[in-house]
Amino acid sequence: MKPSLWAIVVALIPFCAMCFSVSAWDRIYPMVLGLPFNFFWLLLWIVLTSVCMGAIYRIESLRASKAASRSSERNPQ
Amino acid sequence: MSPSSIALTVIFIIVVSGSAIGFYAGTRHKMSLEQWTVGSRGFGPLLMWLLMAGETYTTFSFLGASGWAYSRGGPALYILAYLPLSYVISFFILPPIWEMGREHGLQTQPDFFLVRYRNKYLTAFVAVVGVVFIIPYLQIQLTGLGIIVEIASFDAIERTQAMIIAVALLAGFVFVSGIRAVAWVSVPKDILMVLAAVTIGIAVPRIYFGGIGPMFAAIARSHPAHLVMPGATTNLNHGWYISTVLLTAMGAGMWPQSFGASFTARNAETLRRNAVVMPLYNLSLAFIFFTGFAAYLTIPGLTNGDLSLLTIVRQAFPAWMLGVIGGAGALTAMVPAAVLILTASTLFSKNLYRPIFAPGMSDDQVARLARVIVVVLSLISLVLAIYSSTTLVSLLLLGYAGVTQFFPGVVLGLFWKRATMGGVFGGMVAGVVCAALLILSNRDPLAGVNAGFVALCLNFAIAISVSIVVTSRQRNLEAAPTGRRNAR
Repeated sequence: MKPSLWAIVVALIPFCAMCFSVSAWDRIYPMVLGLPFNFFWLLLWIVLTSVCMGAIYRIESLRASKAASRSSERNPQ
Repeated sequence: MSPSSIALTVIFIIVVSGSAIGFYAGTRHKMSLEQWTVGSRGFGPLLMWLLMAGETYTTFSFLGASGWAYSRGGPALYILAYLPLSYVISFFILPPIWEMGREHGLQTQPDFFLVRYRNKYLTAFVAVVGVVFIIPYLQIQLTGLGIIVEIASFDAIERTQAMIIAVALLAGFVFVSGIRAVAWVSVPKDILMVLAAVTIGIAVPRIYFGGIGPMFAAIARSHPAHLVMPGATTNLNHGWYISTVLLTAMGAGMWPQSFGASFTARNAETLRRNAVVMPLYNLSLAFIFFTGFAAYLTIPGLTNGDLSLLTIVRQAFPAWMLGVIGGAGALTAMVPAAVLILTASTLFSKNLYRPIFAPGMSDDQVARLARVIVVVLSLISLVLAIYSSTTLVSLLLLGYAGVTQFFPGVVLGLFWKRATMGGVFGGMVAGVVCAALLILSNRDPLAGVNAGFVALCLNFAIAISVSIVVTSRQRNLEAAPTGRRNAR
């Protein structure tokens, strides 16, 4: 089964935050929790990447169970 | 007891008991090829997690990450970013790969290419490239192990002796228990590695600066440029960061051992759940960075940055603690080395030797040959590690640029019906050659972009355009009136 559009959109969020936007956050100030800003930003997004993955997991498993119930309606055993 | 014998005793206990777990792991199972290479596809979420964490967090995480923070500064941040992103990609590609694996009985990465593209030359090429890039990766692990044990034991044991003992142990448990050994030795390895990383990451800045905050404040005052890109380098800027993070995030799952590990899962669901929690494990790497930055201010001027973590730890901690860190470091080298040896042996026996020299071999004979190759490969890597030494990361980057060239063939093969063998094969060969030429001629980064990423773009472009041309020509032929075809 191909991934849904929503799952791909959510998957792109960590890429934008940790990779493409580097010029926006690669600086020392403001320091947060004693860490340079770039360091803090990446650690924050390691946690948020897991959150995004949790969301994708929900989206995809909902879709899979819908698809399963639809196919069982169509071909009742 | 002298400090060196205390440290050496602790290292010895950790390494030997870790290996004993590995020997024991497979004793209750009959070691068929299927059991030895993919654990009979029976690993639940916990074993799967241990195996993945075990093989991803290598000596590179221990020595290389702190070494980059020490000698390069800001560019080291790429290491924090790429692994979480690689798990995002794994969520989408590993479950369908696993489904194909169950359906067709796949055990290795070349098996996947054989089933999808049905060409033995492409399959052999994938196997050869896999083995070629595994060997330097393996050598890095052994070199790292030698350095760790030598320094952590206050030079009580020489690095060559340490490497010989470790290789003997790990070749033994791989020989006996296969992939199960790797997963189970990861238990003490992961626990000790996280404990060691957090302890030194908090304690070292505390001892020398009074805490992590004051340490960064001190660096920001005296060397602000070291904390942002390009750090101490001239050419590792934001373009390099983006291309390197993308390359390594796509490449992490393309290492033959990571790819093969996904077949051990009990079901595809296990792999999806794993992708959700795996990124969090990466937080432990932050503590390794703290140590590297602390070393940057307190012990400047080391020629080999990879030694910064151990050097500062040796100054700051009592002997027994050094032993724990040395033992954790040794296991952190042995687990990945074990899975690398296992994978390379299987690739050689199943995907190279059997199809070329002995098509009539049974799976049991392949399993027996693979176990002999484990011994041969262990000796080869030992010789390479003893007689040549290179800085850890540059070799790893060449390997990453190389194995990432499998990515287009895997992703297009899974999600794009029109991907053809010719396109994927052509793209892959062009990508590997381009990456090797650029990196070996010191043109990495190329115009501020990671050379491996340039090669990957070329690879994708060839794979897609050739596939489109070939399939549209086939469609035209099929659409042509039958009379003309008969006339020919």
